Amino acid sequence: MNALVTPDLGGPAQPLLKVSSLVKHFPVKGPLGKKAVVRAVDNISFTVQKGETLGVVGESGCGKSTTARVLMQLITQDRGELIFDAAEVNSHQLPLRDFRRQVQMVFQDSYSSLNPRLTIEQSIAFGPRVHGLSPAVALARARELLAKVGLEPVRFAGRYPHELSGGQRQRVNIARALALEPRLVVLDEAVSALDKSVEAQVLNLLLDLKKSLDLTYVFISHDLHVVRYMSDRILVMYLGEVVEIGPAEALFTRAAHPYTRALLSSMPSMDPAQRTLASPLTGDPPSPIDPPSGCRFHTRCPHAEAACRISKPLLFPTGEHHEAACLMSIPSSGHSRSPRGDQSMRHTP
Amino acid sequence: MNLHVPQPIVSVRDLSVHFHSASKIISAVNGVSLTVARGESVALIGESGSGKSVTLRSLMRLHPEKTTAIKGRIEIDGADVMTMSSSTLSAFRGSVTSMIFQEPLLAFDPVYTVGEQIIESVRRHCRLSRKDARAVALEALRSVRIPSPEQRLEAYPHEMSGGMRQRAMIALALACKPRLLLADEPTTALDATVQIQILLLLRELQREMGLSIIFVTHDIGAAVEIADRVAVMYGGRIVEEAPLATLLANPCHPYTVALLSSRPEGGLSKGSRLETIPGSPPDLSRLPEGCAFAARCKYASEACKKSFPGRVAVSPEHYVSCHRFPESA
Repeated sequence: MNALVTPDLGGPAQPLLKVSSLVKHFPVKGPLGKKAVVRAVDNISFTVQKGETLGVVGESGCGKSTTARVLMQLITQDRGELIFDAAEVNSHQLPLRDFRRQVQMVFQDSYSSLNPRLTIEQSIAFGPRVHGLSPAVALARARELLAKVGLEPVRFAGRYPHELSGGQRQRVNIARALALEPRLVVLDEAVSALDKSVEAQVLNLLLDLKKSLDLTYVFISHDLHVVRYMSDRILVMYLGEVVEIGPAEALFTRAAHPYTRALLSSMPSMDPAQRTLASPLTGDPPSPIDPPSGCRFHTRCPHAEAACRISKPLLFPTGEHHEAACLMSIPSSGHSRSPRGDQSMRHTP
Repeated sequence: MNLHVPQPIVSVRDLSVHFHSASKIISAVNGVSLTVARGESVALIGESGSGKSVTLRSLMRLHPEKTTAIKGRIEIDGADVMTMSSSTLSAFRGSVTSMIFQEPLLAFDPVYTVGEQIIESVRRHCRLSRKDARAVALEALRSVRIPSPEQRLEAYPHEMSGGMRQRAMIALALACKPRLLLADEPTTALDATVQIQILLLLRELQREMGLSIIFVTHDIGAAVEIADRVAVMYGGRIVEEAPLATLLANPCHPYTVALLSSRPEGGLSKGSRLETIPGSPPDLSRLPEGCAFAARCKYASEACKKSFPGRVAVSPEHYVSCHRFPESA
């Protein structure tokens, strides 16, 4: 018997989370004191299927973390809606308190995300207590979770965050995220600050927990190797927009968007005989305050043409469950390399 | 000088660096010996606390003298760094050896323009007039491929993007044409797309200027792009040292082997578990007597706990310190 368990409402075919037309702009002071907005997330839509890991990649400033924070409702979106297992988030059907129990997050900085004045078992038990478990039950559960993430409760339960190493603290954060038995865990650069040897331990732990607790992950990272290893599907963001989404292997082997291809070839090769000879992209991403017109990538794209400056490409299927927002994939888009209209719909059933 | 055996640019012998704090002594570096040939680039690889950055900073004697005990020999470009007076040392920094850091925003002074800072350094080290120094600074910005360098001279550090700032810091470091560049994780804080640009830039500059580089990183991928030779550090010691291709093809030290296989590389199939190294890096205030890696090593024997293994050549130019490779063999 468990007070916190939430039933699966829509069955396995129903997406766990459906994000539609999400917009989040932050007001800033522009040049000469004019008002401006950072278009951190600009009209993105995607779904997270039950039991999958959705990887999110992109350069800094592309809106990955803003998306994660909106998913958690730590900040509220300007427009767009989140549907969690068929119920609208923050409505009478699914009030925030119920939603947050089912969605939890692990942050990059393992130290600043723990309360330094609480022992780690108190930190882990805090959520369940807020949600109505008795202190004794909550503490017992905290110890159980510590064992699950590989920290012996007898040795570690009474310690404070500063008495742990970075890898151990991140395990505590994972245990705390799991304390409410969530169905979706958002991992925002959760392993980025760890040393390589410790990172591998934590990645293995995340995979084990996913299997044993039937979790769904949104896994955000700038390390493409790690994202490929963890994810079933990958979403690529550029300047607040989704430029490509597809199954991990398809995306790595048949990337359709020039930005995805550039990201992939920016990964250092592990073969000294095949060093990278030319950098795939020059310069830094443009400012999200005043993004380029048309396709936002056209300023850095090797294939950009006049059409790219004018028309904004929308996501278009390029393979099975694989979509890209590039004029070169869209039939009759005006780009010289766009597929001819009559052949275009071949892959879509 | 013997023309057939060129003198190395860097020669470090038995370097040890200990930091004294109120309650304990941190043994950050414990007997590092390293030689870098002219025009060579060497990567120091290791996890946090392995002593790689401390080794690098010791080469320019950047550690506070009051709380640091440095022992050993450091020779750079034929000069003994350990015995330098403070005025010789400041002439040596910047003109013979320069350093770039992980976070250029912290390395630059926020209240001066990038140009002013490069000009100041050039005037101090190359004894040039203001006008000539400005020309040198402009050339330096141009050499690191910063677009519209005249305008960038007038920019403050916060007005530049991360990649641009790192380029500006490289320009500052190389403005006086040093022979040795020390790079302390210069690409760690950058995006992958910008990281590769900076790595390529360093490689080009090295070729053009005949520069020697010591590149500290925890990312083997970055090392592969830039290094001729790699030294792997653990617990304040170099545990393995080899030319890059040799190290990747035939890693010998159990730590190097584990480090290389704990990376989730492309070929790894989904669902297969990553190789991990159990435990965590050693506490530098309580280092064990023997091999620092013994506690995490699956091959550890009694000998590993008692004594630190000597440096053994497993093939020409490939050295390892591990009891599995005994000195007599």
